[in-house]
Amino acid sequence: MNWLVNNWPTVWQALWSHLLLAVPAIALSFVLSVPLGWVAYRYRWSRFVLVTGSSLIYALPSLPLLVVLPAILGTSVRSSLNVVVALTAYGIALMVRSTADALAAINTDTVTSATALGYSPIKKLFAVELPLAGPGLLAGIRVVAVSTVALVTVSAVLGIPSLGTLFTDGFQRGIIAEIITGIVGTALLAVLVDRVLVAIGWLLLPWARGRS
Amino acid sequence: MAADISAAKAQHAPHAPSVRFEHLTKTYPGGSRRPATIAVEDVTLSIPAGSLTVLVGSSGSGKTTLLRTVNRMVTPTSGRVLIDDNDIAGLDAVKLRRTIGYVMQESGLLPHRKAIDNIATVPRLNGVKKAPAHERAYELMDLVGLDHQLAARYPAELSGGQQQRVGVARALAASPRLLLMDEPFGAVDPIVRADLQREVRRLQYQLGITILFVTHDIAEALTLGDKIVVLAQKGRIAQEGTGAELLTHPADDFVANFLGLDAGRGLHLMNSDGVQLVMDADERPIGRLSGPGR
Ligand SMILES: Nc1ncnc2c1ncn2[C@@H]1O[C@H](COP(=O)(O)OP(=O)(O)OP(=O)(O)O)[C@@H](O)[C@H]1O
Ligand SMILES: [Mg+2]
Repeated sequence: MNWLVNNWPTVWQALWSHLLLAVPAIALSFVLSVPLGWVAYRYRWSRFVLVTGSSLIYALPSLPLLVVLPAILGTSVRSSLNVVVALTAYGIALMVRSTADALAAINTDTVTSATALGYSPIKKLFAVELPLAGPGLLAGIRVVAVSTVALVTVSAVLGIPSLGTLFTDGFQRGIIAEIITGIVGTALLAVLVDRVLVAIGWLLLPWARGRS
Repeated sequence: MAADISAAKAQHAPHAPSVRFEHLTKTYPGGSRRPATIAVEDVTLSIPAGSLTVLVGSSGSGKTTLLRTVNRMVTPTSGRVLIDDNDIAGLDAVKLRRTIGYVMQESGLLPHRKAIDNIATVPRLNGVKKAPAHERAYELMDLVGLDHQLAARYPAELSGGQQQRVGVARALAASPRLLLMDEPFGAVDPIVRADLQREVRRLQYQLGITILFVTHDIAEALTLGDKIVVLAQKGRIAQEGTGAELLTHPADDFVANFLGLDAGRGLHLMNSDGVQLVMDADERPIGRLSGPGR
């Protein structure tokens, strides 16, 4: 506890850096996966390639990926961009499947009736299909969020600051309190981000409130 | 009150359209493992303007397929559909659908929209502002007998019967002159069903529109239809005519059987204390003749 009180600014700094890596990656995973998931849902033949293909990204080991990315992106090894790109890739690996499944689970009668009412295909997608896939999309992005917050810590090995830095540093210097702060802090942050997503879902999907 | 307004409107409204199917065939393409299905084959049929015409037939006879060619949800393999002598193949499908009401069996409502927004859907799609669209939606709630308090509920928070009323109100919101109904009351209990059937008759009379109604229930067909079309497999028209015509002169055994004229229904009268009771084949009273004796 003493350590925490004395090093509060360091912890606070690490927390912010952690969030600044995780949040853009979570947001980008969502924005990029929804169109890909939609293509997989809309065009059956593409489903295998997109869903299985993106899932394979998850099999890439994270540390080598972070080492190789600078060479591909032309960034410096310590650039936080590498981390965001890598985490987004892992997010997509999970989220494309969730999106395709969420869209496929919509009641087809509802979509048929929307067509019969005179929704154009584009309007139907944004006003009917995506909102109805909302609960499934939310469930998917919650998994991505928690996994992303946890994965950010790996970047500490490369010297990019985050809550992970607290345990790499703690290990090197033998400070148990610092290690524990890093682990507990990461877990708490994951829970916090998850709660925020649930709250956003509650606001955006009022019709689904009573159900889950 | 709003009902009166709509009745007044009906007198000035454009006439109800007729619908004509000409040599209509629809084949659903097969896949690698399943063969192609001929859903309807060479159907020629006229739906008189301003009528309540019922298509009745057993499951798989092609009723839904036929109905959906009218709003271009299904594209015919060959043949054509005319609304008021206009071939609809030449029309914009999305715009066409907004001029034709469509009600289907349960779950047709948008679950993420409140009742009032479900009803206002087509006016909103047509660019009507939210306030006037909602005003119109409230009028329709009156017309179909829905309490305004239900306006803010989501479909999941309504009873089956209330959902169907919302469905009917929604289909009528843009004042269509043609209404398609696909087994709309299949999932509600018999009492609510009878109530909704009366409502459909009243609306059709009051609004002076053409209704094409699909059911597999012959009792419903007899209750509703000005004209009844009995479909056999692949949309083959076994007989068409008024209920009385079908009951008096069934064209063949298939129709007679479908009407329940053979042993199945066996309706007959029995005099009980001067009242004429209608009995079924098992000697159970199912109704009574009105008139003297009451
Ligand atoms: N999208 C489709 N793809 C392939 N076959 C279809 C499709 N829709 C309908 N069919 C087939 O076409 C035939 C007619 O179906 P349709 O839905 O028009 O019948 P229906 O009279 O409405 O039946 P029900 O009373 O069960 O609703 C059936 O054999 C059905 O299996
Ligand atoms: Mg059907």
